[in-house]
Amino acid sequence: MLDGDQLDNAKSMSIIVTKGSLDWAYPPFILATTAAAMDLNVTMFFTFYGLPLLKKKLNMKFTPLGNPAMEMPMMGGHMAMPNLLSVMPGVGGMAGKMMKNLMAKKGVASIEDLREAAVESDVRMIACQMTLDLFEYSLDDMIDGIELGGAATYIEGAVKSDINLFI
Amino acid sequence: MANAQLNAEGLNCPLPILKAKKMLKTLSAGDVLEISATDPGSVADFSAFCNQTGNELLSSSSEGDVYKFEIKRT
Repeated sequence: MLDGDQLDNAKSMSIIVTKGSLDWAYPPFILATTAAAMDLNVTMFFTFYGLPLLKKKLNMKFTPLGNPAMEMPMMGGHMAMPNLLSVMPGVGGMAGKMMKNLMAKKGVASIEDLREAAVESDVRMIACQMTLDLFEYSLDDMIDGIELGGAATYIEGAVKSDINLFI
Repeated sequence: MANAQLNAEGLNCPLPILKAKKMLKTLSAGDVLEISATDPGSVADFSAFCNQTGNELLSSSSEGDVYKFEIKRT
């Protein structure tokens, strides 16, 4: 762990997390946990569709819809899914299952595990108060150890950070 | 030689780094952690991790598809 001296000199990173689908949940949690492992002080600000990533029970969806660059490895090649197919009932759910299976097979961490690692390594997590009100979430639905804040709370931390990301 | 061993084979980014960090925390200064991994990206990543954290990368090698690292906690 860091001692007092190191903490004062530690580099820092902030991430604004705005997206909560299965695929978009990865970049912020991978970067936050890795930065924390590299002794950076990390702040994550969860707003709009990123806020549900703080729910106790995660229920991330995945859709290939509107994502023409997404190709899944299939039978030795790669296959993209046409939007026309993606809108069919059940296709999004099926693609989500395929993605989760692929991730497990390739030794990719689950979002649940990464989030737990972030909590364990003292990543500061701020839930956007306005989003909480807007979408009528309750703090009781969220994991412990998070704080509530708004844009000013984020800016105060970001202005002192070495790295600021918007994802 | 090593004071602790970590088998990170089959794990993908960023798990080898996260697990290594967790184990390093339990070691004393001067102790050596030996890691084996199969993620080819871990070669560059353990080097970057050590540069940033100040821990010493004593060795980085590969045997077939397995990458081996020795990190000394500072």
